[in-house]
Formats: sequence, C-alpha cells, structure tokens
Amino acid sequence: MPSIDIAKLVEPDRVHRLAYTSQEIFDIEVENIFEKIWVYCGHESQVKNPGDYHTLQIGRQPMVMVRGKDRQVRVLYNRCPHRGVELCGNQRGNTGSNFVCSYHAWSFHLDGKLEAIPLMKGYDGTRLTRDNPDCDMKSAARVDSYRGFVFASLSNEGPTLSEFLGEARIAFDDMCDRSPAGEVEVVPVCHRVIQHSNWKFFMENQLDALHPSVTHQSTGVAAGVIEKEIAAKTGHAPLHYHYLSAFATPFDKWDTVQTINFPRGHGILKAYMGLRPQDPDTKAYERLMEKAYGKEKMEEYLSRSIHHVLVYPYLSVQSPLQQLRCLRPLGPNKTLSEIWHFRLKGAPEAIYRRSLWYFNLVNSPATMINADDLENWTKGQWGLESKGGDWVSFHRDYGRDTIENGVTYSNKGTSEAVMRSQFQAWTKYMQGSL
Amino acid sequence: MATKKKVAVTKPAAKKASTKKTVPTKAAATPRAAAKRVERALLGGVTLLASETQGRTGAQAIAPDHSPRAKPAAVRAPRSVSAPAKSAAGLKERVEQFLFRQSELLDNKHWQDYIDLFTEDGVYWMPALPEQTEWEGTASIFAEDKMLMQVRMGRVTHPNAWSQAPMWATNHLVGNIVIEKETAKEVVVRSRFHMMELRRDSVRHFGGTYRHTLVKKGSGFRIRLQRVDLFNGQAAYDYVLQIWV
Repeated sequence: MPSIDIAKLVEPDRVHRLAYTSQEIFDIEVENIFEKIWVYCGHESQVKNPGDYHTLQIGRQPMVMVRGKDRQVRVLYNRCPHRGVELCGNQRGNTGSNFVCSYHAWSFHLDGKLEAIPLMKGYDGTRLTRDNPDCDMKSAARVDSYRGFVFASLSNEGPTLSEFLGEARIAFDDMCDRSPAGEVEVVPVCHRVIQHSNWKFFMENQLDALHPSVTHQSTGVAAGVIEKEIAAKTGHAPLHYHYLSAFATPFDKWDTVQTINFPRGHGILKAYMGLRPQDPDTKAYERLMEKAYGKEKMEEYLSRSIHHVLVYPYLSVQSPLQQLRCLRPLGPNKTLSEIWHFRLKGAPEAIYRRSLWYFNLVNSPATMINADDLENWTKGQWGLESKGGDWVSFHRDYGRDTIENGVTYSNKGTSEAVMRSQFQAWTKYMQGSL
Repeated sequence: MATKKKVAVTKPAAKKASTKKTVPTKAAATPRAAAKRVERALLGGVTLLASETQGRTGAQAIAPDHSPRAKPAAVRAPRSVSAPAKSAAGLKERVEQFLFRQSELLDNKHWQDYIDLFTEDGVYWMPALPEQTEWEGTASIFAEDKMLMQVRMGRVTHPNAWSQAPMWATNHLVGNIVIEKETAKEVVVRSRFHMMELRRDSVRHFGGTYRHTLVKKGSGFRIRLQRVDLFNGQAAYDYVLQIWV
C-alpha cells in the first residue's frame, strides 16, 4: 500500500509538490501508467526491412521493435529468456534472420519464437522443453499502429489504441494528411536530451502559452531584430526567422491562442504561426495536395489550427511541422526525450526543408529555445524538492473554461486548464481507474 | 523600419470569458458529434503574422539583467589574423595560429569577433551524422549562416537569456592539425578539438573533428565552412549546447 494518499495530492486548482518529486509516486507512475498504457515505440519506416530493429524503453522495460520476415512489426522484450541477457546491443540496426544471444547462443526467430538452443540434449528429462513458451522472447501484451506510428501496451487490459488516443489521433491524421500520399517517413536522426526534472514539467510546458515570451524572450527578440534587418534588405525574411521571433509575441496575443483538453490528459495548443505563405513552393505543394484530395479536403487539411498535440503523458507531436518528441521518464527528477522528424511522402523538397529549419533551430541539441525551458525545469525541480512551499498553483482562469462532453476548451490561451486537465487524468491513472 | 502590427483573426479563438460558471459536463454526446465539435474548434485560430513581434514581450515586465552573466574576458585576442608575419611563417604555422585564435575568441566570449572570422557566405555546421555531406537540407545540430549566428549571439548576450545566468565557461584545445588541401585561394584543414564546458558546478566534455574550409585573405584567413563533427554527437545530451563548439 502506498504511504501517500494520491487523492490528497491533487486538488482541482493546485497540486502537491510530491507529485513531482517522490520516488514512491514515480514508482506508481511506472506501474500504473507507463507499463500499462499504449506507449509510442517508433514509426514503421524505422524498421523497413526484415531484421531491422530499434530498441526503446517502456517504463523500465527494455524493448525492441523489430520487422519480421512476414513484414509484421513486433515489440518484444529485449532479453534472452535463458539468463536475461540483452539481445540487441545497439539502439538500432539489423539483426539478420534471427536474434542470437551473446552469452550461450540461444537463438530466436524475428517473431521471438525460439529457433535453437545449443546442445539441446542437455535439457533431456528436465522441465524445459522446446515447446515451452518460456523459451521464447516475451512479446509486449499488445501491439498496434495508427497511420504508421507503432504503439505497444504491456498490459492485456485497458482501452484499445484507438480508444486511448481518442481525439488526440488528430496528431497523426494532421501529420499524414499533409502528405499528398497520406503517409510520412521517418528521417533517421534521433536527438536525445536529458532533462533533470520530472516529466510533468515538459508536458505542462508544451501547452503553456504564458511562458514563451518570458522564457524565450532573448531568442525571440534577437531573431526579430535580424528578421527585420533581412526584410528591410530583401523585402521578406525566410520563415524560419519567424519560427524564432514568434516566441517573443506579447502576452495579450498569447492569451488569444486556445487550448483544447481531452479526458485522458491529451491536449491541443492551437496554431499561432502562419505556415501557409503564398510563395511558389507552397503553391506547388498545394497543387499536389489538391490533385490528391480535391480542393475542399486540401483546404481542410492545410487550415487546421494546430501547434502541438499532446498524447498524455509522454508524447508531444508538432504535426504541421512533422516533428515529435517522446518522453522516457527515468526517475522523478530525470527524463529522456527522443526527438524525431518526418518527411511528407510525395511533398516537394522545399516543404521538407521548411519544416527542417524548425527541427534544426528549435529541436536540435543546440536549440535556441529549449535551452531556456530546460533551465526553468531544472530550477523548478529544485524548488519543488525544497520545503519552501507545498503547493503548485494552477489557479489561472480556474472555473472560466468551457467544458463540453468532457472536453475542456480554454477561453484564454494562458488558462491553466492544461495542467488541471492533465492532473485529473493523472489522478485517475494513479488510482487505477483509467 | 516600422512594421505594422497585424493579427489575422479568422474566427474568434474563444468565447469571451464571462463570469458564467463552467458549463457542466453533459451526458456524452455521440463520439461523432464530439469529434465534430473538436474539428470545428480547430478551424479558426489566431495567426501571428511575420514581423509583428515588436510589441512588449512578457519578460519586459521583469527588470532585466538581475542576474548578470560571466563577462567576456578582459584579455582580447589580437584583431589581426596575419600574425606571425607572412614572410616568417609557413602555411601550417599560420593555419595553426588561426585555429588557436578561433578557440581563444570562443573561450573568451568574443562572439562578434568569432563571427567576423567567417566570409560573408560563411557557414558553421555541425552535422548530426558523420556521413552527411551538405549543410542545407540536412538534419543537423548546428546549421547556421552568418545571419543565424547573429541571432545566436543576440540571444546569449540578451540580458534575459536565463540559461546564461549560471556560471558558464568553455576551454578548447585544438591539435592534430592536418592540411588536407591547398589551392591558390583556399586551404582545407582538419584538426581535433577537446572542449570542456563548465556549467554551474559540473564539467562536460565534447570532442571531435573540425574541418575548416579557409579562404586566403592577405596572410590570414576567413572561414567559408567550419564543419564540426562531435564524436559524441548522437549520444544523449545532458542539457544542450548553447553556443558554437
């Protein structure tokens, strides 16, 4: 039995600091959330050929996503059932036609089934027999995918992937619909950044419209100066300066950007950057889109007002720019983020390059934006580990959001509806009722 | 240039905040109807148009520079890149001096002097993967022309560059200098570097290869391309890189 009463940590408008700092809480999160829910493993295009694999962690479990000879993508525990030794020793690669353990050469087919044990007769008369499922690599309880994005759940129970994603599936629809072929392909560069803070700081920050012009003022202002300088010289600065300068937008503008928050903690921050300039590249792209979908659908797909979509509690998808950040919580004060981006199949190179600027300037390990976010979260973690105050305030615009069918529409961009909604879901998860 | 502020509001992003109490959760409508409501909500929105960021930003409410950063070093590296004199020094020695000076400018936080080492079309590029060959159109760690370098300098020198507030310094060592190619106008040089970075009370290490494409200018050089391959570029980063390595 946990010694901490979850119900007492979360009030509708404030949360106890232990939710961010306690090892005991973190352990329950791993058990009740991360090792149960549908966790993003990767994109199908990361494992194109049979034997291609990608390793990842679900909760504390070492997993490997692998493409089988039958083309199916599976998610298996990355360990040999004999003595527990890790099978795939690299982040990614191709394991050939089977997995072979480096310790005693047990080998497995790409679907995890035992292939061979050396000197098998050594097991004659024991209760270990070839047909014993304990001799196979264990598989994730459930694996499913949505538009090429592969998820696994380590629990046989709980919602289907489709039910879990709910309205947040727009993240993947919006990304794929922007491709004339309806598909994206991963760019095989994964940046990994460790934050010395609780994963909740990241999830809250992604839809927090009050922070950009404070936290990112330095970059926003610096980029704005150069953007104007270039515009004065050439009449028009490239869009990527705007990616950065938009962060310095005044408070009152941010307050007009709405968030939409869903029952499982998922959420959307609506768009604020104009991503439909009328340059020749965009026009060429729009012609391709119109040819693929017709004018009406093309308009629908390209006019969606989305900046980030969060799949709670670990994924932030920036669908209009085809990028994704996936959190792997490592401890109450340590979180790994894996940062990916994708190409729209069938879209012109110029459209890829336009999104790539965002990946390089904002999402790379030399980010001019997240440098200051990470700094805030580290300092935030320290503060919450202190005894200087027990409660984290989420009072902003409390009681002034619109709730319809369980969906919370913030009436102010800076409403802390986002955090309140996330913690409602968190409480249910922690109590085992979601 | 005074840029007119414009906000395109295609549809009110939200209803006016009112004193009205939160609408209680109704019995769930059909999932289709709920989805339609979300779809409708995603149609409108505020778009911030380019060049409209001149208004007061949030942080202007805060007194700037409450936590001044480490200042640039008082000792300036020599402005000239021509020392030692052309006649007295061979190519290798001049290239070496140039690379040493570059490190000094970075370690002493003389950002503008560092940017000035580049030609007008100069590029600082840190690829994500060693097999990459083009700085444009490639997923990179840094991919900056001079204007973007100017943005980065503007950022780290801004009084409210929060992540620059803690004690922060670097120390570069450059060695294993190999002249790869020399033409009438250019020199291509490979070298190895080791950078230690102090942040708060911790030290991090970065190492790798520089490949400079240098344009001859008098007896000195300007950088057309500085390619930086971190040997640990795809390892997980404990925090991020704030400035050029």
